[in-house]
Amino acid sequence: MRWGVITFPGSCDDQDALYAIKHALGEEAVPLWHKDRDLQQVDCVLLPGGFSYGDYLRCGAMARFSPVMDSVVRFAGTGGFVLAICNGFQIACEAGLLPGALIRNRGLRFICADVRVRIEQTDTPFTNQCTRARC
Amino acid sequence: MLARIYVTLKRGVLDPQGKAIEHSLHALGFEEVEGVRLGKYIELSVRNGDREPASRRIDEMCRKLLANGVIEEYRFDIEG
Repeated sequence: MRWGVITFPGSCDDQDALYAIKHALGEEAVPLWHKDRDLQQVDCVLLPGGFSYGDYLRCGAMARFSPVMDSVVRFAGTGGFVLAICNGFQIACEAGLLPGALIRNRGLRFICADVRVRIEQTDTPFTNQCTRARC
Repeated sequence: MLARIYVTLKRGVLDPQGKAIEHSLHALGFEEVEGVRLGKYIELSVRNGDREPASRRIDEMCRKLLANGVIEEYRFDIEG
């Protein structure tokens, strides 16, 4: 599979994502720039984490209007895969690729801890090698 | 002309920043404070023109970018 990782101004997990795709998955990854319109025939677009546009106004609100996002929204509309992580997830919500909006955490304390994740669906391209329940 | 835009969280949307401010005000002895909601204030300088179309354009700016209609609401006034 060929992956494209988008770098927005303020993205900081884009290099990690490229590294993980190439070295952990052993797959092909190309960097994409926020001003690109051509997604270079990738099979999956990855929106990485970070602080696009300094989180100004609302997290993801500015990045959503990057030229590349027009292409990503069209790509997703025709069944293309999009993996959105952290700030990338916020961008996906702002772009209307996902329903709803993110609000602030109930508590204002910073939490850094391992959390257990439950696999809800195993019939998606991203989770079909997991078993249901904990993974 | 000058547009003053106020973006606030919809009623019912949790506002932990407002809550934190409320607690701090109570700690400072302002017990009369019964609630705090934090919002955004945006000033736009807009090229002079007719009010009606300007107002429509500002409304569009709010819907497209300045406010997220899922969790926020907005109001604005225009001066000049």
